Amino acid sequence: MTDKNTSYSAAGEVGSVRMRRTRLQRTWVELKKAPPTAIIGLVVIVFYIVLALFAPLIAPYGEAEVLPNPYAPWSSDHWLGTDQIGRDLLSRLIYGARNTIGIAFLTTLLAFLIGGALGLVAAINRSWLDQLLSRGVDVLMAIPSLIFALMLLSIVGPSAGSLIIIIAVLDSTRVFRVTRAVAINVAVMEYVEAAVLRGEGLGWIMRREILPNIMPPLVAEFGLRFCFVFLTIAALSFLGVGIQPPTADWGTMVRETANLIQFAKFDLRAGVTPLLPAGAIALLTVAVNFVVDWFLHKTSGIRDEQ
Amino acid sequence: MSNSGGDRLLEMRNIRIEGFADEKWNPIIRGVDLSLDRGEVLGLIGESGAGKSTLGKASMGYTQPGCRISGGTIVFDGIDLRELSSSRLQRIWGSRIAYVAQSAAASFNPAHKLIDQTVAAAVREGISSDSTARDDARKLYASLQLPEPGSIGERYPHQVSGGQLQRVMTAMALSPRPDLIIFDEPTTALDVTTQVEVLGAIRDIVENFNTAAIYITHDLAVVAQMADRIKVLRYGNEVEEADTREMLAEPKMDYTKSLWAVRTLRKEAKSSAKNVLDIENVDASYGGSAKVLHDVSIRLPLGRTVAIVGESGSGKSTAARVVTGLLPASNGRVLFNGDQLPPDIKNRSKEQLRRIQMIYQMADTAMNPRQTVGEIIGRPLEFYHGLKGKEKEAKVFELLESIELNEEFYDRLPGELSGGQKQRICISRALAAEPDVIICDEVTSALDQIVQEGILQLLMRQQRERGISYLFITHDIATVEAISDEIVVMLNGRVVEQGIKDEVLSPPHPEYTEKLLKSVPEMDPCWLDRVFQEKSIAV
Repeated sequence: MTDKNTSYSAAGEVGSVRMRRTRLQRTWVELKKAPPTAIIGLVVIVFYIVLALFAPLIAPYGEAEVLPNPYAPWSSDHWLGTDQIGRDLLSRLIYGARNTIGIAFLTTLLAFLIGGALGLVAAINRSWLDQLLSRGVDVLMAIPSLIFALMLLSIVGPSAGSLIIIIAVLDSTRVFRVTRAVAINVAVMEYVEAAVLRGEGLGWIMRREILPNIMPPLVAEFGLRFCFVFLTIAALSFLGVGIQPPTADWGTMVRETANLIQFAKFDLRAGVTPLLPAGAIALLTVAVNFVVDWFLHKTSGIRDEQ
Repeated sequence: MSNSGGDRLLEMRNIRIEGFADEKWNPIIRGVDLSLDRGEVLGLIGESGAGKSTLGKASMGYTQPGCRISGGTIVFDGIDLRELSSSRLQRIWGSRIAYVAQSAAASFNPAHKLIDQTVAAAVREGISSDSTARDDARKLYASLQLPEPGSIGERYPHQVSGGQLQRVMTAMALSPRPDLIIFDEPTTALDVTTQVEVLGAIRDIVENFNTAAIYITHDLAVVAQMADRIKVLRYGNEVEEADTREMLAEPKMDYTKSLWAVRTLRKEAKSSAKNVLDIENVDASYGGSAKVLHDVSIRLPLGRTVAIVGESGSGKSTAARVVTGLLPASNGRVLFNGDQLPPDIKNRSKEQLRRIQMIYQMADTAMNPRQTVGEIIGRPLEFYHGLKGKEKEAKVFELLESIELNEEFYDRLPGELSGGQKQRICISRALAAEPDVIICDEVTSALDQIVQEGILQLLMRQQRERGISYLFITHDIATVEAISDEIVVMLNGRVVEQGIKDEVLSPPHPEYTEKLLKSVPEMDPCWLDRVFQEKSIAV
């Protein structure tokens, strides 16, 4: 660079200049460099979301439509057969995506609202309130969550609403810990102190000063937490206290069709049937984990070895 | 001091280094030559971003991750470093070339004793046996004037002070008796009083062992003490290179001259009858433990600058926290225009908060990295003055103008600014509140000198135009001379003296003020010798 002026000017100082891109362009650049596992994960997730959103259009039969022949084998009418009271399994599998994922997503969102907000407050406050919340969370976490959820659900009775609230509260303890841990590092930064000195309220400091700076770990945590919530709901449904029939749900479907597995020696396809909803659960969990792995690697700032 | 004509130790020709960013390789060093004889000290100076650290590291054949040497040759004592395998290079780094980093605290392993880390390289490379290396390390500690040289090595890094750690690191570098040591800003993080001792120790060692050294710094006065030759870098290019005395006496290039001119900034001290801020007999402590401030009284005259000087730990920043209300005083009071301020920030009104603003040392951490310049400056406008939309935008542009930046900066994020620009944005954020008092906590100490001067002039101009009073916390006497009207000297949480600048700076001084003033490096190659001569006479 041949600079004409050798004297000093503030605007001419060299900062680390980056090429300015829109968010869309940046996402595209990142996507092109993503490893194959992340691409597979993304494709699977998009596939599930499409299934969940357009279930009524895709499914050949209704969610709870009872057809005349129960336990029908795989055929061109019923690709995956029917269940014990004659509902089309493929349709239930497709509707199941909508119910299981939808409820798990709502639950995770609620868990993040509760745990995230309290975690931020605890990180900023750091006094008796922090102690109270943290110890309370310790107590909640000391109880095995599945058993605790089972207990609470049998007290209040299983419904989608109580399922969401109970699991959200139980899982918000984990979110609280993560949020508090990362927010504490940001809360001591001088720009937060500057906001306090300016007289800003708690809401502004939480939303505008701290939250944007702790988003990457929280987004990753959201993915992982979603997996756990999803598995918990499936487990509870399998045990019969989760999502209730006639709502189609993968956990319930595994339970309802489980006895088919003993017919595997007569018809292999009958044996595979109960494994399909279980497989759907496993596939989504793995896909989300692939994407979270990639995202964590990107945001942790580790340079790729060349 | 200069011993040119010795045999050549290091020869770098047409070095080009690139860094990877934004999907492409960008040049950092654009073809620089560097040569060094045995026993010679070369000073590398320039602003941050000039590439001086990168060039220094390249002389070891090393680049940071994400950088590469794309051209040129590096010949060290007849060995072409660029041709060596990485394992052979590492052997040379352990034994023949050593590197002393800026932050010693971050460079030591906290889990090992100092002496174990000091001798590790020499023992691993089989240069000496473990026991001889340890004896030698103790001798090195002694010659670096570390306290208790026999036993200090048994301590862990957190058990010694920053200045001592920096000297231990120098001992570590010297332990294998390398031919070349690269000092990368070894004293930048230290107090002036500690800096003098470290500088003296480094120079003695380099002379006694006939070690060649590359001394990287942005402090001209320091490089004047240490180097035989000085090379000035800018934008990855060499500006000029000359013998130290020659360079100091008559710099050739305009850029070098402008670097030299910085130290001449000075303002006439004026007094003012009315005080805007009075700190009266304040005591303060953190969480009930030992007191940090003892009976501190400081007055800030209206429209003037009061500089608070002292070493780290003297209570300067704590005094600022008491004024802002972040740390309520346990005793005493703070008056603002004659009215007492509530001690705790929670009880202060928005108006009281607006009138006292603060600027921090590290502009990096004082700005939210996820907010644009427009948001950062706009927020106080909206918060205190209720400006919105176009009106707010126009005012932000006006403020950007007044800090010598322009509208282009409105959409930038802090990560896209240089250090000086960041500090300017912080200043304009404080100005946006239209305050009466600004507390400046070491605002220039993290910046290069030429940038420092720009910031100081900006602050002085704002004072002339808006009548703002500054409480200016610093440990740099040159800055104090440049901008203050009155000076407060603090030591161990007490005020040693407060007075008009010229009175404080001219003798007779209290003992501590004297020591502080003596430790400030001057732009004279003989300054360090003189200081040590005086010391030895005094002893």
